[in-house]
Amino acid sequence: MIQEAANKNEAHIAVTDLTMAYGDFVVMRDLNFTIGQGEVFIIMGGSGCGKSTLLRHMIGLIEPARGKVLYDGESFWDAKPEERDRLMRRFGVLYQSGALWSSMTLAENVSIPIEEYTNLNSSQIRELVALKLSLVGLAGFEEFYPSEISGGMRKRAGLARAMALDPDILFFDEPSAGLDPVSAKRLDDLILELRESLNTTVVIVTHELASIFAIADNCVFLDPDTRTMLTTGNPKTLLAESKDPKVHTFLTRGEEG
Amino acid sequence: MTETAAEQCGLSFQKQADDTLSVFFAGSWKSNQGLPPFNKVQQEIQSNPQYKHVTFDTQELTDWDSGFLTFLIKVFNHCSQQKISVNDEGLPQGAKRLMAIATAVPEKETHTDKVPDPLLSRVGAQTIEVVHASREVLDFIGEASLAFLKFLVGKARFRRSDLGLIIQDCGAQALPIVSLISFLVGLILAFVGAVQLKLFGAQIYVADMVGIAMVREMGAMMTGIIMAGRTGAAFAAQLGTMQVNEEIDALTTLGISPMEFLVLPRMLALIVMMPLLCLYANLMGILAGFFVGIGMLDLAPMQYFYQTQAAVDMTNISLGVIKSVIYGVLIALSGCLRGMQSGRSASAVGIATTSAVVTAIVFIIVSDGIFAVICNALGI
Repeated sequence: MIQEAANKNEAHIAVTDLTMAYGDFVVMRDLNFTIGQGEVFIIMGGSGCGKSTLLRHMIGLIEPARGKVLYDGESFWDAKPEERDRLMRRFGVLYQSGALWSSMTLAENVSIPIEEYTNLNSSQIRELVALKLSLVGLAGFEEFYPSEISGGMRKRAGLARAMALDPDILFFDEPSAGLDPVSAKRLDDLILELRESLNTTVVIVTHELASIFAIADNCVFLDPDTRTMLTTGNPKTLLAESKDPKVHTFLTRGEEG
Repeated sequence: MTETAAEQCGLSFQKQADDTLSVFFAGSWKSNQGLPPFNKVQQEIQSNPQYKHVTFDTQELTDWDSGFLTFLIKVFNHCSQQKISVNDEGLPQGAKRLMAIATAVPEKETHTDKVPDPLLSRVGAQTIEVVHASREVLDFIGEASLAFLKFLVGKARFRRSDLGLIIQDCGAQALPIVSLISFLVGLILAFVGAVQLKLFGAQIYVADMVGIAMVREMGAMMTGIIMAGRTGAAFAAQLGTMQVNEEIDALTTLGISPMEFLVLPRMLALIVMMPLLCLYANLMGILAGFFVGIGMLDLAPMQYFYQTQAAVDMTNISLGVIKSVIYGVLIALSGCLRGMQSGRSASAVGIATTSAVVTAIVFIIVSDGIFAVICNALGI
């Protein structure tokens, strides 16, 4: 029992023997890695190798062809539908382009999950929404529609919505895509700050080297040629120690060796 | 953690020095289990006007989430209004950092409580909007005509395969719904006519009535309304979605006119298919009348056929066909116009689609009215 508890603590999220496929077409096979509580974990690899697909498997949008995704030892796809709903409520997801609902204001976007899953009254919801928006630097933008704000702001608003229910785990799909370096850095800082403050586990899909080195505790490297993962570990250690030429080339942008 | 989570959240106060209030937080502060009302803090602060500083003690605090933060924000805001300084030293590390982020960016001034404009100014604004909208419509019609002229001289650029697909979609695939509706319309006309004409023993004239009504009016109009709902809406949704994805911008920057590439094939498809659908609808309507005549009024099949043949002349048929061509142009134009005008969001595409159908139906009815007046004047 004690052993089990220790294991759980170690592997907050565990992906075991995961094979992803669209019909007969195998995208990736035999993925094995674990993510600890409060870790910033990065899924990296070249364009089109299945990073986002892996993320979609982890957040329960696509069922794996084989293998498991475990949250605190509980297998997501073996769980009953209501259990799955409960697990999913522990996730916050920031999609690539924000995926804000365009017919709703920012305040409505953030308040939908709160209305759905808590029994707070409307003034409490309003306060909570204002808090979430101010955390991402959008205080006072409650009544704006997604079409009226910039791409970077949309992303931050998406983050506010992802954080609406104080999730344990935040998933980001290419958070810095389409952002200028300064905004990307600010988003990275914000992610780190949230992790520090709330001990949130963060899973990020990205190929931005600057972000990878700045914020990652651990990462997994997917290779489209062999259709599986090449390695997992801390990116700085990987850069220093990995013998694999592909990993090395990726982490140095192919500029060395 | 799980044992303490059940604990009630506690809020208590202690006077530290003459001018300092210490706020104690205890237990688990989670928004979904109910938090103490904020006015407790307010009352405490008001009870002693000497308070100049507020400090926090959270040693007994076991667990917290955003609810705790919203409470803190209220304390911070109230204190700053009352010119009382707040010392956040006693807060948990995480909460302190989040409070720093949350209060870092000053709130943007938004004018949510706008005063409505006076009546005259609203009327003026609406009028200007109508003028603008009409100008846009005229612009669009002008550009569409130019594209059509270019097509006539063989210079328009669009993909022939697109045209084929659109023709298939708004021609052959519309047949089932056109059959159903026009057959029912013919049936209804025949029934209504039969009941009345039977009173005078003039049942045979059901054939004249159904034939003329279908060929001259109902065939074209029902086809027009069906196609407005079916194809006009589809055009608006397609072009609207392309607008959202910046696909139309991509065409423009490549130097390809969206008018020729997108609007022209849609217009041509309807110009070609509408008359055919209209003729088909006429036939279905007359067929329905035929069944009513044979089944209900005991007319002989050949008798009904000859009566219809005598009543429906080429003038009536060509009038209906001409109308259907005009309706086709109107449907294509309004569908494409609203699609091109669409905003860049999912709801804007919805609005564009609705507005395309409404515009097309209004145009159809209005032009039918104009036709009626002209035919009357010319004695057709």
